[in-house]
Amino acid sequence: MKVTIQDLTKKFPGRGRKAAEEVTAVNHFNVEIPDGKLVGLLGPSGCGKSTVLNLMCGLLKPTEGRIFFGDEDVTNLEPEKREVGMVFQNYALYPHLTVLQNILFPLQNRKGPERLTKAEMREKAEEAARLVQIDGLLDRKPGELSGGQQQRVAIARALVKMPRILLMDEPLSNLDARLRLQTREEIRRIQRETGITTIFVTHDQEEAMSISDVIIVMKDGEIQQIGKPQEVYDAPRNLFVAKFLGTPPINTFSGSVRGGKLFIGENAVLEQKGIPDQDVTVGIRPEGFLPSPQGALVCGLDRVEVMGRDVSVVCTHPACQNPVIRAIVSAESQTDPDAAEVRFDLKPNKVFLFHNKTEERIL
Amino acid sequence: MEKKNLKGWLYLLPAVLFLGIFMVYPLIDVLIYSVEEGYNFASQTYTGTGLRNYSYVLRDPYFLQALKNTFLLVVITVPLSTGLSLLISLGLSSIRPLRELFQTVFFLPYVTNTLAVGLVFMILFKKTAYTDGFINLILSWFGMTPIDFIDGPYAAKMFVLCLYTIWVVMPFKILILTSALASVNQTYYNAAKIDGTSGLRIFFRLTLPMISPTLVYLIITGFIGAFKAYSDAVALFGTNLNAAGMNTIVGYVYDMLYGNSGGYPSYASAAAILLFAIVLTITCINLLVSRKHVHYFS
Amino acid sequence: MKKEIMTQKSGGSYSARRTVLKTVTYLFLAFWGLVVLFPFYWMVLTSVKSYGSYNSEYIPKLYTLSPTLENYGEAFTAVPLARYFANTLLFTVGTTALMLIVTVLSAYAFARLNFRGKNLVFVLFLSLMMIPNELVVITNYVTVTDLDLRNTFTGLILPSVTSVFYIYLLKENFEQVPDQLYYAAKVDGTSDLKYLFRVMIPLCRPTIVTITILKAIECWNSYVWPRLVTDDQNYFLVSNGIQAIRENGFGRENIPAMMAAVVVISLPLILLFLCFRRMIMAGVSRGGTKG
Repeated sequence: MKVTIQDLTKKFPGRGRKAAEEVTAVNHFNVEIPDGKLVGLLGPSGCGKSTVLNLMCGLLKPTEGRIFFGDEDVTNLEPEKREVGMVFQNYALYPHLTVLQNILFPLQNRKGPERLTKAEMREKAEEAARLVQIDGLLDRKPGELSGGQQQRVAIARALVKMPRILLMDEPLSNLDARLRLQTREEIRRIQRETGITTIFVTHDQEEAMSISDVIIVMKDGEIQQIGKPQEVYDAPRNLFVAKFLGTPPINTFSGSVRGGKLFIGENAVLEQKGIPDQDVTVGIRPEGFLPSPQGALVCGLDRVEVMGRDVSVVCTHPACQNPVIRAIVSAESQTDPDAAEVRFDLKPNKVFLFHNKTEERIL
Repeated sequence: MEKKNLKGWLYLLPAVLFLGIFMVYPLIDVLIYSVEEGYNFASQTYTGTGLRNYSYVLRDPYFLQALKNTFLLVVITVPLSTGLSLLISLGLSSIRPLRELFQTVFFLPYVTNTLAVGLVFMILFKKTAYTDGFINLILSWFGMTPIDFIDGPYAAKMFVLCLYTIWVVMPFKILILTSALASVNQTYYNAAKIDGTSGLRIFFRLTLPMISPTLVYLIITGFIGAFKAYSDAVALFGTNLNAAGMNTIVGYVYDMLYGNSGGYPSYASAAAILLFAIVLTITCINLLVSRKHVHYFS
Repeated sequence: MKKEIMTQKSGGSYSARRTVLKTVTYLFLAFWGLVVLFPFYWMVLTSVKSYGSYNSEYIPKLYTLSPTLENYGEAFTAVPLARYFANTLLFTVGTTALMLIVTVLSAYAFARLNFRGKNLVFVLFLSLMMIPNELVVITNYVTVTDLDLRNTFTGLILPSVTSVFYIYLLKENFEQVPDQLYYAAKVDGTSDLKYLFRVMIPLCRPTIVTITILKAIECWNSYVWPRLVTDDQNYFLVSNGIQAIRENGFGRENIPAMMAAVVVISLPLILLFLCFRRMIMAGVSRGGTKG
């Protein structure tokens, strides 16, 4: 099911001392989500991404704008009529019902001709349970399950009614690190198998990048960038997106373009034709550094952290805006950990220039 | 939004109806009744408005007797029952074996019919032509002459009433105090023990301050409850409490309603409002006094 | 461990004092236990003494060697005790059932639904908790009399239904159910009423059972209101019945039969209490009051 969101805006009344001011949680949000994709809605906490999700499932009503599922305008439809599946952050399983009863719950809400027979319901529930591999746990109560298992039950409950779209609110945040890796693969697999358009909210960029077909980066209620994860990573539209994606994060420097050359501090690091002379913010991905004895960028070496295949060279530079620079280089480059300084050449496609004021990317 | 409002009120409708008809309206109405003079229930007419109902009630010897009885009952039973229940709760929380059994037994009076068990008290204390009764039997072991506690001297009757009232209110107080004592954090006691604090000192410096909010709650509800005493007296002395000289304020209110052709709601209302005023005053005094002496622990 | 060390240190006198204190405590508790239980013993004992033997005991005996059940027969035949019982049962069930419907619906409205004026109404409800029954009984009596509802179950039940305190108690409990369950149910297409019955009520069952039992006890023992609105024996509840028995029952002072009636009346609640002991005591300590 294709989802189209047009000009979506949500304002909340202010609270407490700021009661007079409205808070804009979502500001003119426009997106078109193609059918059958897994979409990661990504942003720091408080950026309005959960609000978007609640607007899509109908728990909140927008101040302005429209939402379409396919060609149907669902903007004013009550949540129970939208046929969406939703997985809540803390799963929201009914504690007094067994796993099977939890999964059956949405089916039992149907009325009239849509209502299935008992046997059909049971069959559908078991099918959903098989899909998420919890068919052995049907008679347990949620309290007897691990976090990962509860998560699967929540997904099964959302899927059993064959929703038009599936929404997940921070689906992995309550799991420990190991389960998180495993479960995100699982979400990817389930989404592929069912082909249901799925939108999930997360504040973890790695999570979003690793499994999404498309990511939407949000900040302060506004979309910063939409695209395939690799595209967004390789061509961030502004400094915020560049900083938000990637681990370790991008290194930023105060720099300037003078006479067709990019300067960081006193070092002319790259040829930069076609840009008028100006001060800029330079962002360099950690993998954009190439150690070289004659390298243009001269940094003070702090330490070298060995990570196996790669090493992380931690160094300093007066123009750097972060406390330290982190460069990920091949272990074969043989950086001497006791040297006082280290010199790098830069890979041009890993270096981004941002406007000092607008923070939009220049190049 | 409109629909939402409607739905909320629909869910609330039964409660609003019931409370409106049987609580809010009567509350206003009782004030009106109390100032309608010469109200006749049968014809539903009255001769004028004013405070004459109040002055009638305040001059009525039956009301004054009821007032005296109620005050005596309150002054005697509230401190006694609170103190006794504190002792029992302390005892309960200091023992391990048989504790549950004792707790269960002590709670029994709560679930019994006040009227029914009151009859048992009556026959235990009553002296008739056939028998002096069980209590007089015990008294005779100590060389005392038999007294009729039910139809005899005022002090004896008051004694039984107080005793029965205490018997009836104890379970609630014991239960509340026991759970208050149990919720005092054990680490305080351990710390005090390690410091070598004596038992008495632990009680006065630790336990008592910790449970003082509960004690205040019990004393206040105890006062309110004792002021509203009625069915205990009925159980012991029968429905004609005025004749027995053992009426209470609440009893006076009801007796005013029983009379022929619908009774005297105006006098009843005036008496009820007087009772409410007394209870309110005493509760406020209680709260003021307790605020100075109670320690609240967060 | 700690205890052992302490007793060893302080030696014999300390543990001797402890033993004395323990003994005194047990004696004291046992004494109060006796005070509580003795009336119950006396009522059962008297109820199994025959009329003749009871009246011939000028000095009451603490036991009987020839127990009889004839008083129980007398209690049921000489006065319409079975009728009082049935009336009380009907009154208790009717009042409690209505109370549950009213309480659950309004607690749900307060806890879960949003509507204009909710907070104001809730404050009004809370302030009604302060109002003593004695104040409103007068008008209710007049209302019921005017509506010609004296000596009817409608007149008995309706004014006894609402308990603001139970609404408050249940609302607090309802609010502990996480919001997300409600949202999940909404997304799954559940109506409010269905959510209430399938999720809220099962989850809050302990509280609901507690208020049901407390209300049932209150109903079973109620005396004042029934006495006001009934003067026809056919509508007497057990409390009024027992009072009637006391004033003129059995034609003469048949104390053993009276005690048999008292036993019969007290038994249901005592059994209920023994079955739901923990629940009742927990419920009462959460704020129940007598009467």
